[in-house]
Amino acid sequence: MTKVIFTANLMRHVDCPAVDVDGHTVREVLAKIFAENPRLKSYVVDEQFALRRHMGIIVDGEIVSDRNGLSDPVESNSEVFVLQALSGG
Amino acid sequence: MSDRMLISTRKGLFTASRSGSGWAVSNVDFLGDNVTLALHDPRSGYSYAALDHGHFGVKLHRNKGDGWQEIAAPAYPEKPADVISTDGWGKDLPWATALIWALETGGADEPGVIWCGTLPGGLFKSEDHGETWQLNRPLWDEPKRKRWMGGGRELPGIHSICVDPRSSRTIRVGVSCGGVWQTDDGGESWACRATGMRAEFMPPEQAGDPEIQDPHLLVQSPSNPDRLWVQHHNGIFVSSDGSKNWTEIYAQPSSFGFAVAVHPNEPDTAWFVPGIKDELRIPVDGKLVVTRTRDGGKSFESLSNGLPQSHAYDIALRHALTIDKTGNSLAFGTTTGNVYVTEDQGDHWSTVSNSLPPIYAVRFA
Repeated sequence: MTKVIFTANLMRHVDCPAVDVDGHTVREVLAKIFAENPRLKSYVVDEQFALRRHMGIIVDGEIVSDRNGLSDPVESNSEVFVLQALSGG
Repeated sequence: MSDRMLISTRKGLFTASRSGSGWAVSNVDFLGDNVTLALHDPRSGYSYAALDHGHFGVKLHRNKGDGWQEIAAPAYPEKPADVISTDGWGKDLPWATALIWALETGGADEPGVIWCGTLPGGLFKSEDHGETWQLNRPLWDEPKRKRWMGGGRELPGIHSICVDPRSSRTIRVGVSCGGVWQTDDGGESWACRATGMRAEFMPPEQAGDPEIQDPHLLVQSPSNPDRLWVQHHNGIFVSSDGSKNWTEIYAQPSSFGFAVAVHPNEPDTAWFVPGIKDELRIPVDGKLVVTRTRDGGKSFESLSNGLPQSHAYDIALRHALTIDKTGNSLAFGTTTGNVYVTEDQGDHWSTVSNSLPPIYAVRFA
């Protein structure tokens, strides 16, 4: 199963422990997590399911390229990190 | 006389209270978080706070008297794949709430109704105290809405909502940049009402175009609802015919600013907090003043008693000036974290705090 890990900074606002979930794309695994934890959704993606502007997702060391569709593939042994895309000082 | 105010700041929601010794900060909620706007609904007793978490998006919280709870924030519907969404500049306009920029109660005859204006320009209505929100489609689908454009902010947005005290179905909204829009049928149809305003930031032949105007704040006189006041990007405008026509008026030391407040019983009496001009957003000569007219804008007084008159670089943002129901008490907060209050219509000001985070909004509650 794909392991999805959320930035610890999110925990202050909404409960979001690491989750093991099945899916073929980033969108699929996130959609399954949000179905179980609906309040988490708006903290990560916007109404169109686009990744929030200042968030980033890394799959097995690679930054996702499809920020709007989150169609980047994941494997059953992938690790997905949902992070703040920090910029500036 | 009001004895409590909500102060929305970059680092939390502060409550100031009035006691025998004067006004002081008495409580803080959401400490460290970016609270962009708050509303207290006297009909229900509920309070609302809009937060912008930056990375994590815009959220809305409600307090029914038993603590703050996150509730649904206004959310845009799924954008159809074949719809091209751009603003007046031709830039992409996302169907996603980027900021809650206006929160107002509905009329006295619709107790659960809350209106919400957002960036990128959607107007939302809740009929159940904020439990659920519906995008007003007639305004969002209005072809001329696509001419709206960002001003100081990247996206256009609705920052002012005035529900007419004569009919809750008549609502006016102020848009930066998009003028003033009015409905008389509860939001089923809308028309632009900014004739007479002037936009220096456009080419001369387009300066009078109502649909590209940049009102910074729109307020309506409760006692004479045909009288409306606008602090505009390029000056002060007043309407005496229910927003059909607008007339520019001139204040000293400046007509530039963001905020305006109108007296609840005297439609000719209004207050402003001026800066030098749009590209120089600081008080004139480093002296913080409030200007007041009592004659509909024919003349202005500059009120400074109790306000800093040396090296003061405060700006009061559009929602940061408030007036209570008596018309005697006003308060304003500034970008440098100062809060001032008056209980004699501005003749004398006293300090509530000099050390708060940057202030977005102040409201008596």
